[in-house]
Amino acid sequence: MSDFKFKIPKHLEVPMGAVIPAPVKENPGMITGNWRTERPVIDHEACTLCLNCFIFCPDACWHLDEKTEKMMWNARYCKGCMICVNECPADCLTPQNELDFPKGVVRLDKPF
Amino acid sequence: MANPVKTQNLEHIKGIRKVPQEEYYVPGHRTCQGCGPALVYKLVSKATGPNSIFLGPTGCMYVANTSYLCSPWAYPWMHTQITNGGAVASGIEAAYQVLIRKGKYKGELPNIVVMAGDGGSIDIGLQAMSGMLYRGHDALFIMYDNESYANTGIQTSPATPYGANTTFTPPGKKIPEGKVLFPKDPPQMVIGSHPAVHYVATASVAYPVDLINKVRKALNYKGPAFLHLHAPCPKGWLFDAKKTVEIAKLAIQTGMWVNYEWEKGEYTYQHTPKEYKPVKEYMKLQKRFDHLTDAHIAKMQAFIDAKLKAPGKPIAVPVQGPREMA
Repeated sequence: MSDFKFKIPKHLEVPMGAVIPAPVKENPGMITGNWRTERPVIDHEACTLCLNCFIFCPDACWHLDEKTEKMMWNARYCKGCMICVNECPADCLTPQNELDFPKGVVRLDKPF
Repeated sequence: MANPVKTQNLEHIKGIRKVPQEEYYVPGHRTCQGCGPALVYKLVSKATGPNSIFLGPTGCMYVANTSYLCSPWAYPWMHTQITNGGAVASGIEAAYQVLIRKGKYKGELPNIVVMAGDGGSIDIGLQAMSGMLYRGHDALFIMYDNESYANTGIQTSPATPYGANTTFTPPGKKIPEGKVLFPKDPPQMVIGSHPAVHYVATASVAYPVDLINKVRKALNYKGPAFLHLHAPCPKGWLFDAKKTVEIAKLAIQTGMWVNYEWEKGEYTYQHTPKEYKPVKEYMKLQKRFDHLTDAHIAKMQAFIDAKLKAPGKPIAVPVQGPREMA
């Protein structure tokens, strides 16, 4: 799923001061989607776009897609802490077991 | 001929919809599920924008974020030792001032932010923080308070509340309450003895827009500022990961945490409830307070009641030191 290849440098190849490039949109070196046992499932009909999930997610896994006006969830990095479910005032988010999804991370041979 | 220092002007935002959608603290870090400090980092990064330099004294937000050869920061970030977060920020700010004066750097002065934990600011890193604030460097010192040394396995720190169970203060037969000492008051330490500081504030993850505005206001000041941010830690305080924001809200409703601003001598209070709930409601949700008896909770309540008479101001509290008790 990910085309990120982890290249481990030799000790002399590590730059001075261990300076490394900054990530742009996400950090593919540390994928955390395989941590979760439950995932939040959104009901777009009931969503009022209050943006609580966007602002309270510690992993920045929710964002508003301005074209479709829908909240989008980042499956690769969501750790399944369920803060979004707890803070949703419209109750449009429900936790669902990761095993319920045929392509869930726990069913993959190599999760991401 | 001296060149003028151009500073950034960060605008005040009115609501959750005006919060920038761009992420500068990107997904992909090893913090625990429901991490409060990570939420603080995300909100502070949204407030400062991309033209910033962040410094991370050793703590959770250094150790858990820097996985081998990758990091989640989309802006320059540097690790400093736990003792010298403030000193490194001073050096970076002074270097920028010289480069601008000599005309070798033409851009705006970046936002220099130190993200120190409670150990890196008011315990081990106290002298560097105090030095930076005393010398008046144009940098922001943020203390994200998860009330323990969480990265090494929840040891007690001077910000840990009375009665908490940590690996250094386990409750037992001789000391049934766990931690005996009452915590320090970091904003008061800064307000009381640093004449160069004109802005000190406390904020909580429960009110993110307020937190972002306080960070921006602190950065707009041409001089040092200090922020004390409340960041519940599910692993250290032993509560369910989904309750991070709920606990932060409850802390404000019970008076365990008070949001206020201190601006050139004037105090303003935010999010004060009409009536404070008993602290027991906050404590019973956290397993670190499970062992406390009613007598211990009454002691805590008396401490909080005294504090709430004038939050953020130096007043007498009914606390007995360990030598007085013996």
